[in-house]
Amino acid sequence: MPDLSHTPLHDLHVALGAKMVPFAGYAMPVQYPLGVMKEHLHTREKAGLFDVSHMGQVIVRGADVPTAALALETLVPVDILGLEQDRQRYGFLTNDTGGIMDDLMLANRGDHIFVVVNAGCKAADIAHMTQNLTGVTVSEVTDRALLALQGPMAETVLSSLDPKAATMRFMDVADLSLAGAACWVSRSGYTGEDGYEISVPATQAEALAKTLLAHDDVEPIGLGARDSLRLEAGLCLYGHDINTDTTPPQAMLNWAIQKVRRTGGARAGGFPGADIILREMSDGVATKRVGLLPEGRAPMREGVVLFADTESATPIGHITSGGFGPTVGGPVAMGYLDAASATQGTIVFGELRGKRLPLTVTSLPFTPANFKR
Amino acid sequence: MKFTEEHEWLRPEEDVVVVGITTHASTQLGDIVFVELPEVGTTVAKDDEIVVIESVKAASDITAPLDGEIVEVNEALADNPALANEDAMGEGWFIKIKPSNPSQMDAYMDEAAYTAFIA
Repeated sequence: MPDLSHTPLHDLHVALGAKMVPFAGYAMPVQYPLGVMKEHLHTREKAGLFDVSHMGQVIVRGADVPTAALALETLVPVDILGLEQDRQRYGFLTNDTGGIMDDLMLANRGDHIFVVVNAGCKAADIAHMTQNLTGVTVSEVTDRALLALQGPMAETVLSSLDPKAATMRFMDVADLSLAGAACWVSRSGYTGEDGYEISVPATQAEALAKTLLAHDDVEPIGLGARDSLRLEAGLCLYGHDINTDTTPPQAMLNWAIQKVRRTGGARAGGFPGADIILREMSDGVATKRVGLLPEGRAPMREGVVLFADTESATPIGHITSGGFGPTVGGPVAMGYLDAASATQGTIVFGELRGKRLPLTVTSLPFTPANFKR
Repeated sequence: MKFTEEHEWLRPEEDVVVVGITTHASTQLGDIVFVELPEVGTTVAKDDEIVVIESVKAASDITAPLDGEIVEVNEALADNPALANEDAMGEGWFIKIKPSNPSQMDAYMDEAAYTAFIA
């Protein structure tokens, strides 16, 4: 894989026996010898270590944090100004038609806003922010790796390296000293479990990863299990469940748009596509993201077309993510449905290999979140 | 026992042939979570798609290695598809075919040839 970038943990993945695959321009571990199913279950039962260094780490800095926050609010429809120091929240970049250009995490670090964006979007995101934000500097952090430690044992493991880890709540951010490395740590993740995301200097990343993996409860986890974990947790995968054709209200992400940015709020609108997004928030949407539980054992994956019954010719939606949920013990999926069918308990039919098989519209997540609030 | 380039194994057993996938194939597929088997009594032609295997990663098809009739399918896979990972060459078998043209077996690899094929 000659044209692929390597993360600082590349040699470690290879040494651990990972199967490496191309992902967003990087060689990434899709699974280790444990296998996707056991990696998934291990993360839910103990703790898993993920390399997410392919994601973009970006610092947005203005004269002060409110300056940077207000600048970002022109591109991101969430309350960034109201984010307290060392707190993080979820958001997205929207375009003029209300579509989602990327989803991201934003943290107030006291003198700057730290933004983590998806690997596949990072070049476009940085260009977009650089071009459209005035009075701030946008700089990519290229000398740090990003690790995620996820699962019920994550707190025990991380606080054995720095006891401060145990004092953090969900979405807190702090500077921790981990195995001698000065790390930027948030209590968050992409699995539905408690856990941490750890930005570590690239030169110290392998040593930290090895220290974490030396713990009996920690196994390395690849992208395969990362996908099934986030799917069970009902979390969107950019480019699949959300994209420039889906708006936040259609994606059922209104919760991420705080009152202050909604119609009637002190800083209502003022972001790309605000007219469309705010109208959809008040008038409703024609199509909605839902959870879907296939009735049989056959997984229904991205692209499966959904119908109201076994006869009709007109589709009412499609699956955007689907597969086997190891914790659920059966197939799980999410997708978009016409609003009329998007109510819990409705039976719809997915066309799979020429047959129409039933699925039940279900609330998300499929597995309860175990965050430490 | 014979092997196909599609990583199926064929084991003659009286007048039928038991078909499954090799340990190599099941390892490559990863954790198998669902196997869709044909109906008993179906007449199949060589290269017809007869089995769908869903792993945690993707769906793959298995084609009929021989012309014939499906006389038995491994019902145990419905409840425990992981059998195809745990014992691919034994309890994880898929189907039994009564071949209408048994000489089709001759074209397939023996174990030594298959071992070289996957090396």
